[in-house]
Amino acid sequence: MILAQLVFYLLAFVTVAAAVMVIAARNPVHSVLFLILAFFNSAGLFILLGAEFIGMLLVVVYVGAVAVLFLFVVMMLDINFVQLREGFLQYLPVGALVGLILLVELALVFGSIAMEPALGGAAVSATEAGVTNTEAIGRLLYTDYFYLFQAAGIILLVAMIGAMTLTMRHRPDARRQDIGRQVRRRPGETLEVRKVPPRTGI
Amino acid sequence: MAEIFWGTIWPLVLLIVYILVIVVPLLVAVAYLTYAERKVIGGMQLRQGPMFVGPYGLLQPLADGVKLFFKETVIPSRANKGVFLIAPMITFILALIGWAVIPFGDGLVLADINVGILYLFAVSSLGVYGIIMAGWASNSRYAFLGALRSSAQMISYEIAMGMIIISVLLTAGSLNLSEIVRAQAEQGWYLFWHFPMFMIFLVAILAETNRLPFDLPEDEASLVTGYNVEYSSMTFALFFLGEYANMILMSAMATILFLGGWLPPFEVAPFTWIPGPIWFILKVCVILFVYIWARATLPRYRYDQLMRLGWKVLLPISFGWLVLTAGVLVAFDLVPG
Repeated sequence: MILAQLVFYLLAFVTVAAAVMVIAARNPVHSVLFLILAFFNSAGLFILLGAEFIGMLLVVVYVGAVAVLFLFVVMMLDINFVQLREGFLQYLPVGALVGLILLVELALVFGSIAMEPALGGAAVSATEAGVTNTEAIGRLLYTDYFYLFQAAGIILLVAMIGAMTLTMRHRPDARRQDIGRQVRRRPGETLEVRKVPPRTGI
Repeated sequence: MAEIFWGTIWPLVLLIVYILVIVVPLLVAVAYLTYAERKVIGGMQLRQGPMFVGPYGLLQPLADGVKLFFKETVIPSRANKGVFLIAPMITFILALIGWAVIPFGDGLVLADINVGILYLFAVSSLGVYGIIMAGWASNSRYAFLGALRSSAQMISYEIAMGMIIISVLLTAGSLNLSEIVRAQAEQGWYLFWHFPMFMIFLVAILAETNRLPFDLPEDEASLVTGYNVEYSSMTFALFFLGEYANMILMSAMATILFLGGWLPPFEVAPFTWIPGPIWFILKVCVILFVYIWARATLPRYRYDQLMRLGWKVLLPISFGWLVLTAGVLVAFDLVPG
């Protein structure tokens, strides 16, 4: 039990510290790397909660794919560090307002659970005993929430097709490899064997 | 006091011992994999391979290690120092932590977690960070180009790999690696049921570990050696060790998913006498041999061909196979669990 608490405080501390560093780091690439650290540690927190499936998905999807693309983009940008700092004071009130709203909402949630424990209790016991949470999620997702799940899939598909059509450029001058054509080609069509008599050429 | 010792400290000590029991032989295996690679490629090209250091050149990996250790670590002056030094560590550590969930025999596993295969998949998808950080922090064109190629390549082939893993999971009915092997004891190795997927998996792990014919990130002809061009001494050695440990990890993954892990090929007398871990190691060696064989035989792919293969050939086939697997399981009422 002591060990679990120690691990929790370690993960929680690193998560918060990394999250602070995301906005405090001068170099945007460092910011993204700290963001990845924060993701990774929150995956650890999920596992500590017993939600190992969500924890692994967080690592596979966010850390393994989304953050890589993010890092990709940030690395390729030509960033002027001085210019980046300039608007800081201008955006500070907006950021502070968003942060304040989030804080109040969190306080409301935890306050209501503290006053009426039954509110929190319903959320905790979503799984039956003896069922791994992978199985529990599967059972819910593919039965009760099947249509919502499919709708989410379709929305993602539409977004994907949208992204492709927006970025696709037809370049007629680009030379592309057509493997089918290459394989179909026979020596008779392209090669011609000629007898070259000396001193005359072709 | 005694309670704290037996309850908390002693399990920790045991855990460290277990970890060492896995990691030390792994590092020896990595060293001798480099030796085996040079010997096998030498044999395939009618050469001798290393033969001067020790009998049959057996001490060559040791000599290489000592040489790398005594070289000077050069950090480029315009490099981003922190990230530059963290990158090789990440590569190496990620290559090691995957082994926590690998079952070497029935019950012989450090962490028998429920989502073992997802854990392995997560670890292999994190592998890209070591390379991309190295490429960026080096502040060198070649290194950066190598890193970009590598991350695009690894993400592309991971998707096909994921689809293959899902097909296997559907048949086994569990995300636990030991359970997947036990399911194969009943149903027969998935090598037979999922043979096309096994072939695609072999191709995908070649790309995932940046090995020939897909070693574009370190394409020495066009990128010097790609992402690790600025690294020297032990920082380079960590990349090297990480790459080879990853090769063994991916081979172990293929063994568990398709070749029945620790199971003997036939459940009859002379095969069952040999203990499970030995079978496991033998199967891993077979797949490692395929790695080396491919390196000695095949020329390097061009980058657009690599992307075409990943997205337009392997991904649709593995998607189709996934649908087919699910359809057959439902149609014949074979869904496990």
